[in-house]
Amino acid sequence: MKRDGVIRALLLGVALSAIFGLALITVFIFREGVPIILHVGVRKFFLSTDWDPSLGRFGILSMVVGSLMVTVGAAAIGVVFSLALAIVLTQFSPPGLSAALKPVIELLAGIPSVVYGFVGVVTLVPLIRHWLGGPGLSVLAASIVLGVMILPTITSIAIDALEAVPRSYLEGSIALGATRWQTVTMVLLRAARSGLIAAVILGMGRAIGETMAVIMVAGNALDVPHSLLAPVRTLTSNIALEMGYASGDHRKALFATGVTLFAIITLLNTAALAVSRRRVGKRRAP
Amino acid sequence: MKPMVRQRLAVGFMWMLTGITFAVLLFILAFILVHGLPHITWAFLTQSPASMGRQGGIFPMIVGTVLVSGLAVLLAAPIGVGTAVYLSEYTREGRLTSAIRFGSDCLAGVPSIIFGLFGFVFFAITLGMGLSVLSGALTLALMVLPTIIRTSEEAIRRVPNSYREVSLGLGGTRWQTVFYVVLRSALPGISTGIVLSLGRSISETAAVMLTAGSGMRLPRSLFDSSRTLALHFYLLSREGISMPNAYATASVLIIAILALNFLAYALMRKFAVKASR
Amino acid sequence: MFDGQPAVKGLDLEILPHERLAIIGPARSGKTTFLRSLNRLNDLLPGFTHTGRILRNGKDIYAAGVDVAELRRKLGMVFATPVPLPWSIYDNLAYGLRLAGIRDRAILDARMESALGYAFLWKEVKDRLREPANVLSGGQQQRLCIARVLMLEPEVLILDEPCSGLDPISTAKIEDALVALKEKHSIVLVTNNTKQAARASDRTAFFLLGQLVEVGPTAQLFTRPAQKSTNEYLMGQFG
Repeated sequence: MKRDGVIRALLLGVALSAIFGLALITVFIFREGVPIILHVGVRKFFLSTDWDPSLGRFGILSMVVGSLMVTVGAAAIGVVFSLALAIVLTQFSPPGLSAALKPVIELLAGIPSVVYGFVGVVTLVPLIRHWLGGPGLSVLAASIVLGVMILPTITSIAIDALEAVPRSYLEGSIALGATRWQTVTMVLLRAARSGLIAAVILGMGRAIGETMAVIMVAGNALDVPHSLLAPVRTLTSNIALEMGYASGDHRKALFATGVTLFAIITLLNTAALAVSRRRVGKRRAP
Repeated sequence: MKPMVRQRLAVGFMWMLTGITFAVLLFILAFILVHGLPHITWAFLTQSPASMGRQGGIFPMIVGTVLVSGLAVLLAAPIGVGTAVYLSEYTREGRLTSAIRFGSDCLAGVPSIIFGLFGFVFFAITLGMGLSVLSGALTLALMVLPTIIRTSEEAIRRVPNSYREVSLGLGGTRWQTVFYVVLRSALPGISTGIVLSLGRSISETAAVMLTAGSGMRLPRSLFDSSRTLALHFYLLSREGISMPNAYATASVLIIAILALNFLAYALMRKFAVKASR
Repeated sequence: MFDGQPAVKGLDLEILPHERLAIIGPARSGKTTFLRSLNRLNDLLPGFTHTGRILRNGKDIYAAGVDVAELRRKLGMVFATPVPLPWSIYDNLAYGLRLAGIRDRAILDARMESALGYAFLWKEVKDRLREPANVLSGGQQQRLCIARVLMLEPEVLILDEPCSGLDPISTAKIEDALVALKEKHSIVLVTNNTKQAARASDRTAFFLLGQLVEVGPTAQLFTRPAQKSTNEYLMGQFG
């Protein structure tokens, strides 16, 4: 029995060190990044588009806008395909086929982001440049590539959400004479709505954190993009591109960019959690 | 429009989208493999690169990848599984455990570039390890830790409580029960999580770039800087150094990931067979 | 007590050596709680507290410094649903002894034959020991669970509705096994089936809403119960 106590203490130590390590990261990032935000001034840091480290100017607005544009674009594309996939796999495909296809979707998740970026640069970007104009390295290219990358994330959460809807709902609808598709649109989607929204939000969280693929296809220009075909730089690209040679205040500013990212993603995660806890069928006041 | 017609159209449209998705996946894989497989020769795999990667092989990168990812998972797995065991078997559910779980889940969503930032300043600079295999491995270990904790905990939770009661009823201690019954039953699920984490760390570029460096020579110790396959591929393609070599590198990477995914899938199947009882 | 709500109160019950004691009563009377207190399995449940003492050989099992593992080995418990561990029959049976550090194959094999014999299972599985335990039928699995605790040579057997969900033939086999087992062990049998209690026990105790209403020799309790509520329960007026 004494040995049990020793093991328990050991495991507690392990758990604490894991938690300590993870807490360390959070504290560290904030400690490095927050002071410079205060030094530059909160408004100037977040709302100025003037990012020029050599002159000590650190306004990240253009990159915030860039990240948001690309993420929303990715979500738009991702939603359409993921939802179709999820609905097809849970409702309209024979069980053998869906069991075979699900791991294949997971495979999409395993492909390295640099490969996505590369294929994007070599195939997608020239296509955009040829057919739609602009440099090709653009918000559109990044959105499409990211959309494909977050597909597995949104799809698997969406599948869970759809499968969680009680069968009795669906059977009740069919018993009333509805077709399967009508059941899907009028019953299933509505019942799974909060889970589906959570899936999209989490997909967006993944998209906004993506770095390598975006660097390769987005163009990395420092201006706020004026159209879908314009090049863009995201918060993540900024960090990756400049960290190698940054020092002093510049480096701290990149940490501050990290803090911003951290905050946005935590917000998204919390939103997803809150949404998925919402009960089905809650009505809003008219 | 009649409901059945509408259904046919809608379902047809969705199948088309599904088809497009799989076509894209196939396209990506085929694109890389078709261009890259012809260039994978034994020499390529066993030689070092020459003239910035224009010629020669990728052996140091393979070694680097194995070292960095392997070490990362070797560090993260016992700590992650141990933490999961502690959280599910040795504590009561409470605010502390929920808080820990929430923190772990949050960190699972943190982008790799932020881990790279942390690793760069903390491991490489503050702790003085420099751009090295060790810095990279430690950073990646922290990155995959939340995932391992989460998948291990899920696998442990799926073990029926009646098993635990039987074991304790026969006079087993808590640890004996955990070790002989719980972990043994949860093993496939735990292994799947570990294999998937391995796959993720092999693909990782941003964090590795900032911590393990981009040295092209064979790392001789944990403190040497080293380039991973993914980073090598990125640099080769971005600088336009050698397209054939880039494709070949990517192909090696993709084959490794396919193999790992397959392994994870096989483990998950074994797990499902046991649980369906 | 669970979180302040008493599950069993005011209990004064003795378990005699080499007897089969049946515990009957409607649901939620505290029968299972009582059983699980005997081998301190209730310790696992959050919010569990107790007052009073449970004496084994004169010593309180809840006293500080008591070796709980040894207690549980000596009080072999069989649960309502058969729970074969996902291993072979052999490993299931050997598990208890291996936990106690006994790994000698000779000892394991000898005890296994004896335990399976007492559980009336030896003939059916003696050539199949390496097969997974879950291919056995429900009745066989439950007898396996009985054999599993017998491997530890307990003093008392505690069975919590062991035959619920089993067919009559399996039930009869288990009841026969209990007759043979009382030579060496005391047996406490919780059952929802009053007829089973009438058949398969020497003394019977009647629990109602957490209290021991009455206890006495089985024949006497069933024909001339002392308490009115006992009589009503046995007549099926509630339950």
